[in-house]
Amino acid sequence: MSILAYNGGSVVAMKGKNCVAIATDLRFGVQAQTITTDFERVFEVGPHLYIGLPGLVTDTQTVLQRLKFRIKMYEMREGRKVKPRTLMAMVQNLLYERRFGPYFVEPVIAGLDPVTKDPYICALDLIGCPCEPADFVVSGTSSESLYGMCETTWREDLEPDDLFECIGQSLINAFDRDALSGWGAVVHVIEEDKVTTRHIKSRMD
Amino acid sequence: MCSEVQSAQDYMRDPRKHYFSPYMDNGGTTVAIAGEDFVMVASDTRLSRGFNILSREQGKVFNLTPKTMLASTGCWADVLTLNKVLQARLMMYSHEHHDTMSTTAVAQLLSTMLYWRRFFPYYVSNMLVGLDESGKGVVYHYDPVGHMEKLTFSAAGASVSLIQPFLDNQVGAFNMEGVDPPKMTKELARQLIHDSFVSAAERDINTGDGIIIYTITKDGTAEEKIKLRMD
Repeated sequence: MSILAYNGGSVVAMKGKNCVAIATDLRFGVQAQTITTDFERVFEVGPHLYIGLPGLVTDTQTVLQRLKFRIKMYEMREGRKVKPRTLMAMVQNLLYERRFGPYFVEPVIAGLDPVTKDPYICALDLIGCPCEPADFVVSGTSSESLYGMCETTWREDLEPDDLFECIGQSLINAFDRDALSGWGAVVHVIEEDKVTTRHIKSRMD
Repeated sequence: MCSEVQSAQDYMRDPRKHYFSPYMDNGGTTVAIAGEDFVMVASDTRLSRGFNILSREQGKVFNLTPKTMLASTGCWADVLTLNKVLQARLMMYSHEHHDTMSTTAVAQLLSTMLYWRRFFPYYVSNMLVGLDESGKGVVYHYDPVGHMEKLTFSAAGASVSLIQPFLDNQVGAFNMEGVDPPKMTKELARQLIHDSFVSAAERDINTGDGIIIYTITKDGTAEEKIKLRMD
């Protein structure tokens, strides 16, 4: 089995009308054995800016540490916060530096541009190749199921509450058909004036 | 240097290896939804081998009896062989008993036939659909070695991982508090099947070209063809 699927886990992000949502499952396992069910793999890295790091958990933590360091260096040097697009470039650079011995994470970025307030979503592969579609991005062990769910349930210009329902149902129904993801979910809905974080209970098997 | 290569003796060379793989994945996706007095089964019409398309108009649902149909995907050679053998067994039954086999009996027969090939299986994902003795719609889902599950809705084949979670949610009403599963009508089933295949064709290269939907009721079988994206 792929090293990317060693610990399990999935992340999905969607665009809405003046908002974005990013959601993750909570399982941390070693192959078929579940270790903990409270492992959040989506992290706040700026105002209205989140990154999900599904994949090998040791690399999730290393990439997060190195990324936080680079963000702080950027903010001190530039005297301003990172934009979502800039964060993507930083992650891309970080990952491509390890082109021939990669970190086994496939990041998902979701946020609002601090100036224009435009919704931004992006997924990268493990060597930093970005994908910035207009609708949704998926990553992790449930990615196939997530594609099926999101492709049918996502619509343009969803309001924040509808976007939450859409991303929540997509993630939960997708990971219920995957043994390596699941055991609860966390959804962040990012709006111009607030970020709403909701914990969702789901079947625990 | 050339002479060195030519002079190498037979026994000095690497052993010549021959290799034959008896299985092939020809893609294809099937979906079935049962209602109170009907059952709907559909397949895409693409037959593929790797990145190549072998056919754009090959349905994967077969007539077994007036009340029963079989939807098969996987290795196309095995699909055809299994179907041929199953048709022969149904013919033998009808001659012996002067009656067609019931859906439940065909379901059990198929399971037994698949398990008889336990150590050289038919590489086929089967769904058997039909009306049971009381006229109710049923769906049986099989693994390649004959494990059988009786359901009211299911997907199988290449895009099963894309479609099954969608059916769980929209037909089974899973993960929604205080929401009952919808009463299944032919209109709803058709709409859900259509949406499933459109989404699958969008993301899976082994699914596409078209859909054939069959509706089995006590009055007979109806057929409908729908176009899908062909890239």
